[in-house]
Amino acid sequence: MITIVSGDGWIGDIPEGAIFRITDLEGNQAVDTLLYDAHDTANRYSAVDTIREQGAVYLTTGSRLLTARGDLLATIVDDTCGRHDTLGGACAQESNVVRYGEHTRHQHSCRSTFLLKARERGLGKRDITHNINFFMNVPLTPDGGLTFEDGVSAPGKYVELRAERDLLLLISNCPQLNNPCNGYNPTPIRLEVHPQ
Amino acid sequence: MPSYQHDIPGGAAWTIRLPRYHELKLESLGDDANVSMLIYAAHDPLERLNIPDTLKAQMSGCIRPPMVLMSDMGRALVSVTGSSLDWHDAITGHSLAVKDPSTFQISRNDRRRSARGLLLDELFKLGLGERDLHATVNWFSKVAISPDGTLAYVPGHAGAGDRVQLRAEQDVLVVMATSPSPLNGRWSPSPVRASISPVAAPGTDDPSRTFRDESGRALEQAERL
Repeated sequence: MITIVSGDGWIGDIPEGAIFRITDLEGNQAVDTLLYDAHDTANRYSAVDTIREQGAVYLTTGSRLLTARGDLLATIVDDTCGRHDTLGGACAQESNVVRYGEHTRHQHSCRSTFLLKARERGLGKRDITHNINFFMNVPLTPDGGLTFEDGVSAPGKYVELRAERDLLLLISNCPQLNNPCNGYNPTPIRLEVHPQ
Repeated sequence: MPSYQHDIPGGAAWTIRLPRYHELKLESLGDDANVSMLIYAAHDPLERLNIPDTLKAQMSGCIRPPMVLMSDMGRALVSVTGSSLDWHDAITGHSLAVKDPSTFQISRNDRRRSARGLLLDELFKLGLGERDLHATVNWFSKVAISPDGTLAYVPGHAGAGDRVQLRAEQDVLVVMATSPSPLNGRWSPSPVRASISPVAAPGTDDPSRTFRDESGRALEQAERL
């Protein structure tokens, strides 16, 4: 059992067949997540291919997480939250400046955590692709709008996945303070891995 | 750079260097056209289009005028200065494979190729590769979003004569593939006419600058380059 505090991250191997659970311990905490084929990290999670092949924007139980080659990485097998985002991307210092202004340039961000942890495995910026935001709610509307909303997750809600091949898992527990994705109060999350 | 024009056949790929304050106008020459597009900063291709950042900064689930397409470094790459269409897809990716691929030996240059294969061929020529693929804008394609988040491809969204105009806000590399949307069940790729010409720099009242504070800040960051 691994607790990841906000602003921190984790990178590690998840063997094929393992079930891994991410728990939002205190509620409304975005967990930015990337997955790679552990033996070929260029074969990595693709948000848009996952969305297209399931014919739906949000991730939940039954969602098959695909690579940009169309290979299956993991399946969501249980989800007490009900909806997760994969279009909102990760916060970065540079995108914070665009969204909130120059005064946020030096705030901590998910991309900084991703890059710090990716480096442990010899990965870099080219390997940081469009991610999953577990427990984050980014509704899209039929007229083409998009909003950031709070309120789908709660203390103790979790999402559980089955690794469909040997995975490299990269997590950033989001430090964003400028929008409701963390309820303006980033909090710890828990990762549990159960090898089969 | 002198103005020029080029017709991209359906099911083909093309890469251009588009200098700052030049326009790329794409005009569909047939029905159900699709142009899957990658964009990189010419000064450093490690800086590239980021669709999630572009959408969330401008609160949009699709690409339409006068949105600014933003890099992962918070800078404007191109602005969408005009279009006959109010919706271009950016959330369903490009084709990974064609259902009925064909070989050069049989079909010669009419062989059917996926956007993925075509885009990777172009990236390899630039010294880039699979790790540089990002979510594409799929110009001329619409995938409708229902209130519960399910998706439906909209056939007939674009026809001959539909167009979109982009203004480069810094020197960019633009990589395009004209294979059909993977959600279009038919292999009927339309050719697309590309026209490149110099245009004025965006003024203080430019619609892309005034669209949202976020759009204006992305333009301002690009102007500092």
